[in-house]
Amino acid sequence: MIAEAGLAALWLAAALCGLQLVFGIMALRSDGTGAVNAIRPVAIIQGLLTVFSFAMLVWLFMRTDLSVELVAANSHSAKPMIYKFSGTWGNHEGSMLLWVAILALSGSLVAMFEKRLKERTLTATLAAQAAIGLGFYAFLIFASNPFARLSPAAVEGRGLNPLLQDPGLAFHPPTLYVGYVGLSIAFSFAVGALLTRDVGPTFARAMRPWVLASWIFLTIGIAAGSYWAYYELGWGGWWFWDPVENASLMPWLAATALLHSVTVLATRDALRAWTIMLAVVAFSMSMLGTFLVRSGVLTSVHAFAVDPQRGGFILALLIIYIGGALALYATRVSTVREGAQFEFMSREGALVANNLLLSAILGIVLIGTLYPLGVEAVTGEQLSVGPPYFNATAGPLALLLVAAMAVGPLLRWRRDSWRNVMNRISLPVLITALALMALVFLASPIGILPMLGLMLAAGVAAASIAPLWKRNLRRTPMFIYGMVIAHLGIAVSMAGMAFESAFSEEVLVASAPGETHQVGPYSVTFDGTRPVAGPNWTAIEGGLTVQRGDGDPFVLAPQSRMFSSPQTETNEAAIRTGWTGQLYTVLGSTDGNGRSQLRLWYKPFVTLIWFGALLIALGGLLSLIGRVRREKRAMEREAWA
Amino acid sequence: MGMTGDTSTIAPEKPPSRRLLLWVPLIVAAVFFGFFGYALYFGNSSPQQRAIESQLIGEPMPEFSLEPSLPGRPGLSSTDLATGEPRLLNFFASWCVPCIAEAPQLMQLRDAGVQIDAIAVRDRPEDVYAFLQRWGDPYQRIGADMQSEAQLALGSSGVPETFVVDGDGVIVHQHIGDIRPEHVPEILAALENAQ
Repeated sequence: MIAEAGLAALWLAAALCGLQLVFGIMALRSDGTGAVNAIRPVAIIQGLLTVFSFAMLVWLFMRTDLSVELVAANSHSAKPMIYKFSGTWGNHEGSMLLWVAILALSGSLVAMFEKRLKERTLTATLAAQAAIGLGFYAFLIFASNPFARLSPAAVEGRGLNPLLQDPGLAFHPPTLYVGYVGLSIAFSFAVGALLTRDVGPTFARAMRPWVLASWIFLTIGIAAGSYWAYYELGWGGWWFWDPVENASLMPWLAATALLHSVTVLATRDALRAWTIMLAVVAFSMSMLGTFLVRSGVLTSVHAFAVDPQRGGFILALLIIYIGGALALYATRVSTVREGAQFEFMSREGALVANNLLLSAILGIVLIGTLYPLGVEAVTGEQLSVGPPYFNATAGPLALLLVAAMAVGPLLRWRRDSWRNVMNRISLPVLITALALMALVFLASPIGILPMLGLMLAAGVAAASIAPLWKRNLRRTPMFIYGMVIAHLGIAVSMAGMAFESAFSEEVLVASAPGETHQVGPYSVTFDGTRPVAGPNWTAIEGGLTVQRGDGDPFVLAPQSRMFSSPQTETNEAAIRTGWTGQLYTVLGSTDGNGRSQLRLWYKPFVTLIWFGALLIALGGLLSLIGRVRREKRAMEREAWA
Repeated sequence: MGMTGDTSTIAPEKPPSRRLLLWVPLIVAAVFFGFFGYALYFGNSSPQQRAIESQLIGEPMPEFSLEPSLPGRPGLSSTDLATGEPRLLNFFASWCVPCIAEAPQLMQLRDAGVQIDAIAVRDRPEDVYAFLQRWGDPYQRIGADMQSEAQLALGSSGVPETFVVDGDGVIVHQHIGDIRPEHVPEILAALENAQ
């Protein structure tokens, strides 16, 4: 009965969603007062029902109920409990249910907590959220029902893709999804504001926390995904420009741009039409990513079971929602009054530069992701667009962007003078120059991008702290700290990337037991291999005794695993993290004469990449808390006045 | 629609050029949608197959000549594969675990009358012998590829891997990884087409 309860909850939620849309339309056609009070509970109950439905699916997976088709196809009774749990969303139907649950829950949260927005605009926003919801409920119920029964029940499940049997997977997709789908709120806000022509600072202040929250989750999700690929795929790289990675990067780029333009709108009432556009684009990129991954149009390590019918369904939803929003934009935005004006040399100017550069990078990633598809559709030829294209095009723009980021916070709103600006950025510029000299004299020749990256990282780190200069640190608002930490995080992350690409050392050997290899500061002795077994896999494990200089030796044990169901091999890298870098070891195949392939990397400061990303997310969090607190205080003041 | 606040004042009419510009995002999106629809319905619909489409399909077998891997069993050179009849060429090794998994499927193919030659990759005769004793021996000729030359020549990245070769020695199908029970019809179909 668990499956039936889950499905019933889903149908009920879909019905409430329809009701929410009808209420919203009726309210907008009349004067709309009071409708919010009717819509709010509907949205909240709808969210709770989808969460209940998702909980039922989790329960089915935990029990390994093999009378449910989805469980039989993706789970296995011998699987460790945590992967039974995370297996719930390691497949198409489960992950779409998670998607819809987050969508409905986002609507509930807006219904519960949004007090700032004008009532009419809020009604329109919730109606837009319901319109999105309806399409995805239909997709779930008619084309991807996760609760379908299997009769007769299977004797044993087929198992979960071993690459996905990893603790990282338990949290990476849900985090990313919260970010993706959270952007639906920004989209609905934009549509709502277009419908009621209510685009201004109040609207921007109301929208900002929601965008910030989604953006924090996106940031963490992308960083976690990158680290997962880094240690689980055993290729030693941290970003592959894989289409699915790009699909998560694109909403992040759009959301980052939106985050900054919404601040301009909130503070200076400028960039109205542009902010609306970005809000539409950000969620469109989320939906596009879902389409690309779920339709099977893309070939990638992430492509799960595919079905062109589903692709067609999602494409139809894309056309309706994105097309509808853009048509609304085209007809309505010209009636939105133009915002305030500003000079190029100003905070707004720097933020516009930030937005243009982010959009350009977004365009580059979008084209690079879709180009192979286009070429194949037209000529049938297969090609892949990889790091050479992305690094050469997005790399320089990213460096420019970071430079703009360093200067931006040091500029005044509205207008600033060149001389004052020069004054304020002199110290960061000096530090950049010093870093350049240090690199030229102390380091062996390195590539131009890593060189610029390291230089800029030093300068940007200094510049990002500079806004705190001469401020009363105790009275500085929390969101300023948020900005400082997030920007510092960019510098830290960039330093990690540049270090990794400039100073990594790699050793690839066919090693006999007893041989010692030197990589970076580590000497690695191969002790031989032995078989080991886990709950649902067997493995060849390599023994490595590692010593750093005269330090204490330690043992690393990389594995080459064979999973029993389904049969797949994976490489489990063994990694040692030190203060100055990581030693990354992978065991390859054995050649039959007792020699084993070993891949050893020394990657100095590589962990800074993800540490920086965490700083960025932390900055976002501080900013969110600071903003929400300030809004709350402002509202209390208004209530008293 | 009423005016609901200070920010919703209707703007003075904008020049037509700027208003046309507002439709550009929708037009761009429409182009993308058209393209997605095309890729979805007219593109190659099975990504898994696309991914392993080999450059060697339709090419004659690259030249190689290998010593026998087992005493008393002939070795294998590329000319042995052009026999007028389609056949399979299987890369395997005694040290390869998935090769054990595909052994029953190869036996099944042999029992269906399929001719199978093999290349043993970086393997010792005694190990090959023991492997075939234990897991079954579906092979006619077995070449010993001690340095992975044949493997490299055929652009094969690992073991097991199986090629379907037609009567003229032209490669018509490549199967990467172990042949599972569900792959057998696919292999048989490829052999059928090569007749």
